Amino acid sequence: MIDWFSDLLFWVVFGLILFSLRGQRIFWTVGALGLLLLFNQFFTPGFFHIQLLDGHLYGSRIDVLNQGAKVMLLSLGMVLVIATGGVDLSVGAVMAIAAAVSSRLLVTEHQPAGVAIVVALAVSVLAGAWNGVLVAGFGIQPIVATLVLMVAGRGVAQLITEGQIINFLDPAMVYIGNGHLFALPFTLTLVLFMLALAFFLVRRTALGLFIESVGDNDEASRYSGINARQVKFLVYTFSGLCAGLAGLVACSNIKSADANNIGLYLELDAILAVVVGGTSLQGGRFYLIGAVVGGLFIQTLTTTMYARNVSSDISPVPKALVIIAVCLFQSESFRKRFSGFAQSLGRVPKPHGSGPRQNLSTVTPHDSPKP
Amino acid sequence: MATPLLEITALTKGFPGVTALDAVDFVLHRGEIHALMGENGAGKSTLIKVLTGVFPRDGGETRLEGQIIVPRSPREAEALGISTVYQEVNLIPHLSVAENICLGRQPTWLGAIRWRAIARRARVALARLDLTLDVNRQLSSYSIAVQQLVAIARALDVSAKLLILDEPTSSLDKTEVEELFKKLRKLREGGLGIIFITHFLDQVYEISDSITVLRNGCRVGCFATRDLPRIKLVSHMIGKAVQQVEALERKRASADSIRSEAPLLEARGLGRKGALQPLDLEIRPGEVVGLAGLLGSGRTETARLLFGVDRPDQGTVRVNHKAVRFNSPRTAIRYRIALTPEDRKVAGIIPNLSVRENIVLALQASRGSWRRLPVTEQEKLADQFIQALGIKTPSREQVMRNLSGGNQQKVLLARWLATEPKLFILDEPTRGIDVGAKAEVEKLIQSLRQEGLAVLFISSELEEVVRQSQRVVVLRDRRKVDELTEGEISEEAIMQSIATHNLERPVT
Repeated sequence: MIDWFSDLLFWVVFGLILFSLRGQRIFWTVGALGLLLLFNQFFTPGFFHIQLLDGHLYGSRIDVLNQGAKVMLLSLGMVLVIATGGVDLSVGAVMAIAAAVSSRLLVTEHQPAGVAIVVALAVSVLAGAWNGVLVAGFGIQPIVATLVLMVAGRGVAQLITEGQIINFLDPAMVYIGNGHLFALPFTLTLVLFMLALAFFLVRRTALGLFIESVGDNDEASRYSGINARQVKFLVYTFSGLCAGLAGLVACSNIKSADANNIGLYLELDAILAVVVGGTSLQGGRFYLIGAVVGGLFIQTLTTTMYARNVSSDISPVPKALVIIAVCLFQSESFRKRFSGFAQSLGRVPKPHGSGPRQNLSTVTPHDSPKP
Repeated sequence: MATPLLEITALTKGFPGVTALDAVDFVLHRGEIHALMGENGAGKSTLIKVLTGVFPRDGGETRLEGQIIVPRSPREAEALGISTVYQEVNLIPHLSVAENICLGRQPTWLGAIRWRAIARRARVALARLDLTLDVNRQLSSYSIAVQQLVAIARALDVSAKLLILDEPTSSLDKTEVEELFKKLRKLREGGLGIIFITHFLDQVYEISDSITVLRNGCRVGCFATRDLPRIKLVSHMIGKAVQQVEALERKRASADSIRSEAPLLEARGLGRKGALQPLDLEIRPGEVVGLAGLLGSGRTETARLLFGVDRPDQGTVRVNHKAVRFNSPRTAIRYRIALTPEDRKVAGIIPNLSVRENIVLALQASRGSWRRLPVTEQEKLADQFIQALGIKTPSREQVMRNLSGGNQQKVLLARWLATEPKLFILDEPTRGIDVGAKAEVEKLIQSLRQEGLAVLFISSELEEVVRQSQRVVVLRDRRKVDELTEGEISEEAIMQSIATHNLERPVT
């Protein structure tokens, strides 16, 4: 009964949010998340079950929030990098470095958790700055420049942990990935805090404009007096910070630092999250909240597979198909062609009805006719 | 006379909205170097592209040695004996010389490449140009000039009857050009027909036997080079009869607005190797200085040096008597210099951002990222310029790429006006925009001048330069050849300066 009521409340709130986003780019990302949740509501038993234990909420949706924190954090840094027309492949490795540094300081060097955390984050920022120097200073292609750290970073992390898996029990460190605040996982607070920080950095200053401008037309930005190098350096550094935080969350989750596995392939999830969030890999316009929702979407997808007992060997396949579909539906021209195709079959397109589409085509600036 | 090597009759080619070629005739004989001349958009490239099968033709016929040919691709044209060498070396720098020469027609044996045959063939091809290179070395290890020759060797490797050279000299220095010309003369003696496209008048007179001039897609005429004085050639290219030029109505602005004799910007011996011979230039507040010259004469290069896009390797620049050195546009902007670039798409517009963002960009950049203009201020600024310049856009949030060329240009002007510049460099501000917008831009320039701005005005249209400027600096072949002051400025005088062989005022 309570479940039934809370579900209804959830859908009403979700519907309102979706409605308020109509005409915006992230409508499609949030809509895709909604469809996925709707699927789970009906076909995945127990997915929507939620319970309060010791003042903490538990349930699949809460798991999604908690487990998704890493990708959401990474995608915040990644979206800015991608907006400048680059990509940061090293975030997974930087996560491993941050985990290695913090647990080594904590366990081997017997430092307090505060020191471990601050140093780990500082090292991550340095790692990001290194990428920034390679890309902005030396003009190396981003994919190559960050590939260096992607490959070498895990080696560095291994050196720091001396090839060991370091386990820890320090309450402060454990809290990061497992603690609760206001009945919700602490990681959610962390994500919201970083989102607010990123939002302030790019939308309250002119940095966001510069990032979009550099990503859209590097040469013209230079002619306009924008310091493109500085902009690029900053986004890679910020991506390093985000990766460091994600690394702390990851090792805190499992209470140990495993240099080989922490953050493995997460850079790919982060890139996907950014793309699902509506930002083009070509750079230019970016969507911060879209990237975070994209991260949430990918985690929901992963958790759905898990909850439905899809073997982890084959789960990437349906995951890939869903992501392709979401990306296609974000494209204006595909939606037009799709609705044309659907109409030619004699029915209105089901998943993304013609209602919001109509709205979109009148509201989105991309659609307005040439003057 | 024997059948000409190439005979094109009434060739017509249209693109949506434009007639690129309108019944153009062209005749080339064996052993002739024929220059194809015309300003930008005259139809030179289109003619070449139709001839080599890049574009299909709409009408007309082409005869090669009397046979009608209709090549459908450059490859087919090549098989027929028509080879082309483009302006930018069109080879692959990381492959060897031999691979570059034989690429796409490599001799094979049972599907396997015969490397030794390739090397042999490459050496033979180079020998035709009296070149001996290590054919196994990577192409990029040779100078651009040698690469250009390799490209020609490649073009001649297929039994070419006709060689088309599209601005082959634009990246070569003087001695390299002479070397190239020596080889071309030798090829001419061998009976090859050569079509030569260039913007350098001196080179045309040095090497070509005849000249065909195109203008706006039409053939103006075909002339023997020795019978066509330079001034005539220039007047044919830009479409103004020499005698009429003087009689042209001149609605020029007077110099009354020049506020002071002290120059705002003063360049002495400013130059950069390969881009611009050292030149002197002064611009005073309230003055429009025109920069005239044909394409490739160094106009844009001058603008880039003054704005810090390229770094000069000699000379000094003073702004308000203070010696300055611009390492990037950022530094130039700090001295209140603004530039709208020649190529709007590449260096001007930010296509996916809104009109508002495009307008505030330079101002915001000069304020840095921390001192962000509040959105209401941005909107005010954008609305103000949209109104003042008559930018036609449904709203200030419209994305830039949806605007027409003229309106994009106005947005770029607004972007710089928002920074309140003291010197405004306008590189081809009216190119590719319609007549109405053109008149508005011209009017704007004059009102800026009256407000005391210094303007450097670059344009291919002499008429415009004459109308706008109080002083005109004439460039040719990357050097300043003349400076015309108030009273001397006329289209004829500019044409005369461009065409004159000997420098009136030697510039060191």
